[in-house]
Amino acid sequence: MRLSSRITGRIAFGLIWASGGVAVLALLFIIGYVVVRGLPEINLEFLFTLPRGGLGGEGGISSCIVSTLWIIVVTMVLLTPLGLGAAVYLSEYAPDTRLVGFIRYGVELLAGVPSIVFGLFGYAVFVTVLSFRFSILSGALTLVCLLMPYLTRTAEEAMRSVPREQREAALALGATKWQMVARVVIPAAMPGILTGIILCIGRTVSESAPLFVTMGGSSQMPDGLMSSGRTLAVHVFYLAMETNALEKALATGTVLVVLILLTNLFTNWISERLQVRMMGVS
Amino acid sequence: MDPKIRTTNVDFFYGSVQALKQVTLDIREHHITALIGPSGCGKSTYLRSLNRMNETIAGTRLVGEVLLDGEDIYSDGVDVVELRKRVGMVFQQPNPFPKTIYENVIFGPRVLGETNKERLDYLAERSLKAAGLWEEVKDQLSKSGLALSGGQQQRLCIARALSVEPEVILMDEPCSALDPLSTLKIEELMQELKKEYTIVIVTHNMQQAARASEWTGFFLMGELIEYGETSELFSRPQEKKTEDYITGRFG
Amino acid sequence: MPRESYYQHLRDLQDEVLVLGSMVEKAIARSVTALRERDLDLAHRIVAEDSKIDARSEEIEERCVQLIVTQQPVAGDLRLIISIVRIVDNLERIGDHAEGIAKIAIMIGDEPSLKPLIDIPRMAEKARDMLRRSLDAFIKRDDQAAIAICEEDDIVDGLYDQVYHELLMFMLEDPKTITRATRLIWVAHNLERCADRVTNICERTVYTVTGKVDPSKTSNY
Repeated sequence: MRLSSRITGRIAFGLIWASGGVAVLALLFIIGYVVVRGLPEINLEFLFTLPRGGLGGEGGISSCIVSTLWIIVVTMVLLTPLGLGAAVYLSEYAPDTRLVGFIRYGVELLAGVPSIVFGLFGYAVFVTVLSFRFSILSGALTLVCLLMPYLTRTAEEAMRSVPREQREAALALGATKWQMVARVVIPAAMPGILTGIILCIGRTVSESAPLFVTMGGSSQMPDGLMSSGRTLAVHVFYLAMETNALEKALATGTVLVVLILLTNLFTNWISERLQVRMMGVS
Repeated sequence: MDPKIRTTNVDFFYGSVQALKQVTLDIREHHITALIGPSGCGKSTYLRSLNRMNETIAGTRLVGEVLLDGEDIYSDGVDVVELRKRVGMVFQQPNPFPKTIYENVIFGPRVLGETNKERLDYLAERSLKAAGLWEEVKDQLSKSGLALSGGQQQRLCIARALSVEPEVILMDEPCSALDPLSTLKIEELMQELKKEYTIVIVTHNMQQAARASEWTGFFLMGELIEYGETSELFSRPQEKKTEDYITGRFG
Repeated sequence: MPRESYYQHLRDLQDEVLVLGSMVEKAIARSVTALRERDLDLAHRIVAEDSKIDARSEEIEERCVQLIVTQQPVAGDLRLIISIVRIVDNLERIGDHAEGIAKIAIMIGDEPSLKPLIDIPRMAEKARDMLRRSLDAFIKRDDQAAIAICEEDDIVDGLYDQVYHELLMFMLEDPKTITRATRLIWVAHNLERCADRVTNICERTVYTVTGKVDPSKTSNY
């Protein structure tokens, strides 16, 4: 029996709607479960006291919040110039040789390596060999290695998608190659680059395994680059594995979700402002 | 009276493919010269060799002489940046930068080192006036360049090219992406501009070449077949190939 | 070939010119016949049919305008179309001259003829021959032939002088013949003008081919 194309169209449409609905519902369910069960635990005391450990998961998450902020800042400060620089090189200056193709392939490969492997690498190199010990620095350096392929790839693609006519227009006006890159290509690619940066921040916040083995697990308030620390994500792991304070774990998770939500909203807002300024439309 | 640009026996190669063959042509100052011919005949390649824009493509090579005011622009020691300031270009697709109108217009002077705000403002106003756009955008200079209509965007690109105070303006099919009214406005503009600048325009549209230019060169398969005063070339062409092309017997 | 329908229009137009030319040529022949044989019916018909010639030439001209508007012709095509407009105008005037001769035939009515008509028919024959060949040269774009035809206008002028002087003699000897003689002079004059118009047509052929008009070759004063 051959179905008419209208009927197949309707069936396909229905299936697509259903899949979309399932995805959205699953997402809402997961977040809803976490937030509903975690929200009661959140109060000012929770946010502002140190975790005290113990089987009951006493205390709050103040040091975790601070550690998370530290790790975000240090990672991004180190990652952004490296990632952007590599992207500019690959997009604008790299000649079309085998070596460069090899480098590109290597970057792609790195993007697929599991994050725990980076964690072990970080442990071996930064914590041990370079004697940075368990510290924010070790954690940040490890994350830089983990995230560089992403940022480079995203930024490079953003730059490559700047149309050739824009570059030609700049050159025809008497710009040097570097002026063209700095004043036309990078600004035009900025929305894409920003997206890449925010994605990396999001991943920084959500990584647990690599930080677990490079930052240590100190629940004290960090006071410097070399302090050990515990991010929110790692703290959730601790609470879930070593205590029976499931509610507190879920509460920490809720804070994480809120943090990521805020980050995303901030990204959208910046991106939109940029679009309006550049394109005149939103 | 020496020509503004003189090309002598120019051969041009994309890798091993020869795109221009022994092209010899004089561009007269303060005139509009049109280059016509079927697709792939080399007219755009020729145009782009006048400001060395072909060098942005790898593997290209030019043999022969291209003289601007008597000096070969391909000799060693010629500053390409300086050349492109003197010989500006407007492209087929309007390509304003994703920046404000003001930033678009003064992009050129800025990268060439101008920092004085008053001078930049002056150049912006002057260029926009010369491009016939000032009245329409003078109160909206901080609007994005991309928010303008197609015809306005192209005039913005012309203003942008004018702001570096060039001597020659090269136009590569500047109207082919525009509606007929915008096209006519730009042709009018060209008549004004030629008083101060020298204009070379590549066009697919023969009526445009006939309307707007004083000299016309017909290219075919990399060779310059005929070059002469526009009214003569279109009423009494000397070469049969020219006649066949402009009457539509091929092409 | 691109623009095939356009070229078909151009060819059709040239065929129309030939048709008009043959209508006009016949009018010359018949007008002189009507004169010689005092055939008043024929003469009236010629006068009536001149309006057809006028209508046809206007139609051709209008089609030329249409082609210019829709096809924007240039170079040789443009010269061709402009030439067709002017040739058709000349043909229409020749038609008017033939009509003039027919009207004179009507005026003469059945008066006895002054003398046997010899040179006038010769003029007519020569003019017709020149007309036929000039249109042929136009279609074939033979500018050399066109220039040669222009030179034959001298023959027609010579015949006209002959007719004129002969009729002058008649008038001087016998004033009662003046009316009839002057009418015959008018007929000859019309035919001489026909030949002049043919040289205009030849000029157009030269212009179409070379793009230039060279009066020294085509006019004869």
